[in-house]
Amino acid sequence: MAITVPRPRLTWRERWYLPTIAAGLAITFKHFKNTLLGRTKVTMEYPEQKWDAHLPDYYRGAPALVSDAGGRVRCVACQLCEFICPPRAIKIIPGEIPPGDRFAKVEKFPQEFDIDMIRCIYCGMCEEVCPEQAIFLRKDYAITGFTRADMVHHKEKLLEIGGVMHGVVLKWNEKK
Amino acid sequence: MDWFFIITSLLKITILLGVILFMVSYAVYAERRVSAFIQDRLGPNRVGPAGLLQPIADMFKLLLKEDFTPRSANTFYYSLAPGLAVAPAIITIAVVPFGSTLFGVPMVVADVNVGIFFVFAISSLGVYGIVIGGWASNSKYPFLGAIRSSAQMLSYELSLGLAVIPVFLLVGNLRLTSVVRYQIEHGWFIAAFVGDWMNPWKWLLAIPMIISFLVFMIAIFAETNRLPFDLPEAEQELAGGYNTEYSSMKFALYFLGEYAAMITGSAVVVTLFFGGWHFPGIPDGYHGWVFGLINIAVFFTKVAVVIFVFMWVRWTLPRFRWDQLMRLGWLFFFEIALVNIFLVAGILAYGPRL
Repeated sequence: MAITVPRPRLTWRERWYLPTIAAGLAITFKHFKNTLLGRTKVTMEYPEQKWDAHLPDYYRGAPALVSDAGGRVRCVACQLCEFICPPRAIKIIPGEIPPGDRFAKVEKFPQEFDIDMIRCIYCGMCEEVCPEQAIFLRKDYAITGFTRADMVHHKEKLLEIGGVMHGVVLKWNEKK
Repeated sequence: MDWFFIITSLLKITILLGVILFMVSYAVYAERRVSAFIQDRLGPNRVGPAGLLQPIADMFKLLLKEDFTPRSANTFYYSLAPGLAVAPAIITIAVVPFGSTLFGVPMVVADVNVGIFFVFAISSLGVYGIVIGGWASNSKYPFLGAIRSSAQMLSYELSLGLAVIPVFLLVGNLRLTSVVRYQIEHGWFIAAFVGDWMNPWKWLLAIPMIISFLVFMIAIFAETNRLPFDLPEAEQELAGGYNTEYSSMKFALYFLGEYAAMITGSAVVVTLFFGGWHFPGIPDGYHGWVFGLINIAVFFTKVAVVIFVFMWVRWTLPRFRWDQLMRLGWLFFFEIALVNIFLVAGILAYGPRL
């Protein structure tokens, strides 16, 4: 079905161009003047001004490993996050905890835990799947590096971003 | 031809060229800042205080880029064209008086007696840079841009020439310095009634002079490919137009040519309608070198204001459609400019001597 687009009938003033051009120039000059005098609210100037303080609690930034209040790495190298990760960014090499250790019944710990931040899509599935509350998405978003190798976060880096997490279940604590 | 004349001329040429190139680089910066302010942004403000070193960074970027020539391009004309775009724009400024006198030396590089003819003859050569560049690129978008440029040139050059005839009917001389002299004695052409408020003929004369100014200004917009008429480089339609295939310094030369043409156009507008280097109450350079310097400063301030108007209009108006441009040029401005000449001639013939 053909649609007839109604053409507005221009008045003689509009067809004469010049008054409307003058009106347009007045509008742009008003914007120019207001920005020049600092009356217009402009975009945040990023590196100097940041929005970090306003990031919501559910913000999904870089994934990180956390330690509990006792300083123990919570990850037990179950590798569920490695399996669930859609872009396969996580690589874990598990190690065995020696029998005499205090946490011997945990059995495994991550010998190596790498997250390739070029691959990571910040989906948060690793956080959701983790049975140990060991991996969380933190608020870091400016992940940069000069080489591809720089962009792989190793275990130390992940623990550094993660820090200590309070208020999580301490299920391996034998005193409980 | 004495040595004094040669040395002062060379000095004037060198300094004027330096000033023009400086103005070009800062016109690009100003364009970006003005457009940003009009669009409620900040624009380049990182390099140096308030971004003032941005032109230098831009220049280094353009110098260090790969100078790429398409294999299908005609190499000779492809390399020649950017130079052809720059040279006329800079040569034109030679006849424009940019100051009164300094230590007795007239502040104009070449005070030729065919002033305005020289301006039109040389500045219309600028279109060859665009046409040859568009053709030599051997690519469809640049070619379309080149065709548009030549057609646009034809339709606007006519009104450009006709619009200034009233000015020279009044002055009776094509020399641009005499145009400035006349305006000092009789008031600027944009406000022809100044100084002689009681004379009704002067008020009558002001009407055709303002029409003449508007037509000339619009034709200059078209001549320099500025926005309401920037069809040759229409980015949205032609992917950049005639300079699509150019990169690095060749592109920079096109850019430089466009802005140099804008500065030259503003200088001609200022000379013809805004009294050149004259400002009411400030005497000329014969009264001391300080006044000579002030005259030069006044001229370049006026040029800067006109350049701001160029930018202001660019970021206000959308581009005309092709047939609209043709209709405006041939059916509107051409006739207005023609009738305007008869108006002024009639006023001069039947009125008292003005």
